[in-house]
Amino acid sequence: MKIAVLSGKGGTGKTTVSASLAYSLHNSQYVDCDVEEPNGNIFLKASLTEKEAVMVLNPVVNDDLCTGCGACQQACQFNAIAVINKKVMIFDNICHSCGACKIACPTGAISEVPREVGIIESNSSHTFMHGKLNLNEPLTIPVILQLRKKMNKYNHVIIDSAPGASCTVVSTIEDCDYCVLVTEPTPFGLHDLKIAIDLVKQLKLPFGVVVNKAMDSDTSIQVFCKEQNIDVLMELPYSKEIAKNYSKGILPVQYSNHYKDEFIKLLATIKERTS
Amino acid sequence: MKQFVFISGKGGTGKSTVVASLAKYVNNKALADVDVDAPNLHILLDHEVVEKIPFKGAKIAKIDQSKCTNCHKGYEVCRFDAISKDDIINPLKCEGCGACLLVCPENAITLHDELTGHVYQSKINEEHFTHALLAVGAEGSGKLVAEVKKKVKELVKEEDYLLIDGSPGIGCVVIASITGADACVIVTEATKSGLSDLQRVQQVADHFGIKSFVCINKYDLNIDVTKKIEEYCKNKNVSVIGKIPFEPLIVKALQQFKTPMDDDKLGHIKSEIISLWNQLIKET
Repeated sequence: MKIAVLSGKGGTGKTTVSASLAYSLHNSQYVDCDVEEPNGNIFLKASLTEKEAVMVLNPVVNDDLCTGCGACQQACQFNAIAVINKKVMIFDNICHSCGACKIACPTGAISEVPREVGIIESNSSHTFMHGKLNLNEPLTIPVILQLRKKMNKYNHVIIDSAPGASCTVVSTIEDCDYCVLVTEPTPFGLHDLKIAIDLVKQLKLPFGVVVNKAMDSDTSIQVFCKEQNIDVLMELPYSKEIAKNYSKGILPVQYSNHYKDEFIKLLATIKERTS
Repeated sequence: MKQFVFISGKGGTGKSTVVASLAKYVNNKALADVDVDAPNLHILLDHEVVEKIPFKGAKIAKIDQSKCTNCHKGYEVCRFDAISKDDIINPLKCEGCGACLLVCPENAITLHDELTGHVYQSKINEEHFTHALLAVGAEGSGKLVAEVKKKVKELVKEEDYLLIDGSPGIGCVVIASITGADACVIVTEATKSGLSDLQRVQQVADHFGIKSFVCINKYDLNIDVTKKIEEYCKNKNVSVIGKIPFEPLIVKALQQFKTPMDDDKLGHIKSEIISLWNQLIKET
């Protein structure tokens, strides 16, 4: 079973929830798909012995064959090609590797060469994996797709998603079996939870909510979920102790059996909901 | 007009709280929120939406089934797995690259503009505030960021400052946010994750030639990490212009839709934010 942990708003506790869940379960695989800022290994401390580059294909032009006709520029929908004075300029960073320019070229002057945009690192047993986008690269999806290909050998795959609700998150969660939406009791948390709910509903994925940093002074999330008939799966309290340990790279399940039990219960609840 | 973008690497470090606080303090400015996936600045600011503008920032392929002969040529060239074997296009997977229509022998495929979100032109008293919301799961968030910046610049005249609330991460949205800015303020927190994410985003800002400043939120949560952040900044010649303590009352203020500037119990946070601003102005 693939469980994706997402949030809309950043910093609500996706990594705390997903890494705690993976840590509490036997035979699980943790996959950090927040490839812009992966933090799971700060907590899970896996020994990353395996590395694999993420490559994309970018066009190159053979000047002997190119007539400077501009068909490639016209075909490119991403403004990654400019033809100036019959000379072709290619902006690799914004190329989506679709191959349209190669199809459009009437003289066969375009071929494609691989270029590294990120890296996938894992431990030897592949129970931990993360993707890391290379600095200054804008496009995350090739890294996420390669991570996805390496999932699903395990009983439980726990996916730590990036924040937001853009195409990056869609490509992370689209084939998972259940989504855990992590939020916090602030107006920001509620606002972005609604965005995340719209996203999982559009993808027709089953989901439930975890309220992190729960406080008695604001129960707006619980009230909203009750009104909308949405499952609140678990609450984690607002606690300076949890925050202090988090700052050192320690999860609540790594020092407290109480929280470990809570996360084992969380999985049981998810299984009940999906059966 | 000076443009300052507030980013963070890691999410939830307090960007919007800092920008909303500055919005209450700084005079003669315009505001923009370019966290288009999950915009939050408008929640804390009493604003009036003047105009809601649809934005078509992506394309999508459509097949005219009456012309389609099911030759599968489109399916064969699509690298995004967006065309099924029975020649149906999945709109969530289609990137609008147009490769399929280049190979279609019947001209049955066309590209159409896709609505990817809305830009909102708002006013806070007489000040301009431009924000946006990406359509759920849409492509082209970087383009929507560029559009927000374009729209706010069409309106501003004599303003001294443009304050831009950015998004977490280091990818296309962040690169589009910082392009053309006079400086970025990286709001981080005293956690190992905060430090790691700060380092990545600061290097991206450096690469694009944008001067960065750092504000450490919850600095007293972990003094060791705060020291490491300061050390990193010193090595990179980056000024730490603010240090905000761990303060649960900030969360309580936010729960009542208040910024630290509007809460009598948060005078110490207010003075820290004012000092951050003065430092920023002095150094730019």
